[in-house]
Amino acid sequence: MVCAEALDRLSAFVDDELDPVASSEVSRHVESCASCAAALASQRQLGDSLRRELDYHRTPDLLRTRLMRELRGPERREAAPARRAVPAWRWLSAAAALVVVAGGAWVFATLPRGGEDAIAREVVSGHIRSLMANHLADVASTDQHTVKPWFSGKLDFSPPVTDFAAAEYPLVGGRLDYLQGQPVAALVYMHRKHVINVFVWPLAGARDMLVPAVTERGYHLIHATHSGMTYWVVSDLNAQELTTFALMLAPTVGRM
Amino acid sequence: MSLERTTETTRPPRRLSPEQRERFEALVLPHLDAAYNLARYLLRDPHEAEDAVQNAFLRAMSYFEGLRGMDGRAWLLSIVRNTCYTQFRRRRSGGEKVEFDEEIHSQDTEVSEPEADLDRSMAGSSVREGLGRLTIEFREVLVLRELEGLSYKEIAHVIGAPIGTVMSRLARARQQLLLALGTGAKEGV
Repeated sequence: MVCAEALDRLSAFVDDELDPVASSEVSRHVESCASCAAALASQRQLGDSLRRELDYHRTPDLLRTRLMRELRGPERREAAPARRAVPAWRWLSAAAALVVVAGGAWVFATLPRGGEDAIAREVVSGHIRSLMANHLADVASTDQHTVKPWFSGKLDFSPPVTDFAAAEYPLVGGRLDYLQGQPVAALVYMHRKHVINVFVWPLAGARDMLVPAVTERGYHLIHATHSGMTYWVVSDLNAQELTTFALMLAPTVGRM
Repeated sequence: MSLERTTETTRPPRRLSPEQRERFEALVLPHLDAAYNLARYLLRDPHEAEDAVQNAFLRAMSYFEGLRGMDGRAWLLSIVRNTCYTQFRRRRSGGEKVEFDEEIHSQDTEVSEPEADLDRSMAGSSVREGLGRLTIEFREVLVLRELEGLSYKEIAHVIGAPIGTVMSRLARARQQLLLALGTGAKEGV
């Protein structure tokens, strides 16, 4: 093989897209030709630097939300009123179960209204979306001092960000999400192999409270309010461990 | 997102049945980031890219039966790619500034000796800038290959061209990029 032929094929050679015969001819040629070997090295370097330096642009959350709405369509809106009637007993029975489990260590605030059920569904959808589309975190970091500042300038509030790694609930990142027509902070934690999404936004004047775990489409959900922030915690983790975690986020629960 | 833009789909977006939606979510949705990333590199504008991805997504929903047995990623990317080209041509015919692809043909044929025609203005600039100065056809194959890791066969599917064209286009794209980066950039490359 002469140099011109080898040079022509270097790009496909680097991509491993030559047939075996051509590929071995190129291999043999570059072993004995210094200038083609140098050209091969720069082809390889170019690929490395493209992969290293080019940004990978992920779908903006607002666009993703809009597209999900296109996909899920009016079904959600139709489904909402029909499902409103269900939650009261469901929340109650789940709450009752947890009182037994936890020995009544805390008291719940008012039971959720229909509006909360709608939020609960959005929260679960947000959780599923984050897992399905491989878009868990915009800022992937286990350092709370990296994650918290990342939100500034993106939200008009500063969500509390604490790493609970010592208790085996490590922080893994954060991202912007969109709930109830507003941008919210989503914090991502892990416990064993389970992903926990925590959606946080401010709720002025709300009392501290914690509504124990309920189940929605196979996921557990906990809603808590603490120091003027409202938290929705969602995961496929079991209700008890999720409650342990939620109590770390919103610790001063106890008054009616 | 203006209505006018979304009506570009030749069919109104069809509501998928629950089963179809589930398949769509499993086969197509995971590639949304790839779709947006490609649109960003082709159109080089976040808003244009959002428009293109939205239009492409609606088209994908409308023509979802067409996916049968094919790879969801290459399928979605080919729709995104076509949508981007339509938008790109309209932008050009609309009298907006003509950028990169005017010189497609001249660039296609002139590249032969990497060292000979070094563009000094590009020396030392990053590969990112270099890529931005390539034509849309060259950017496209590089992004599909280097960022998405597609095989030549998959790229051929996305761009609707024979594998041989993919091979030669990638070779030329790389050659141009190396040329643009210049000898001084060898350490940086």
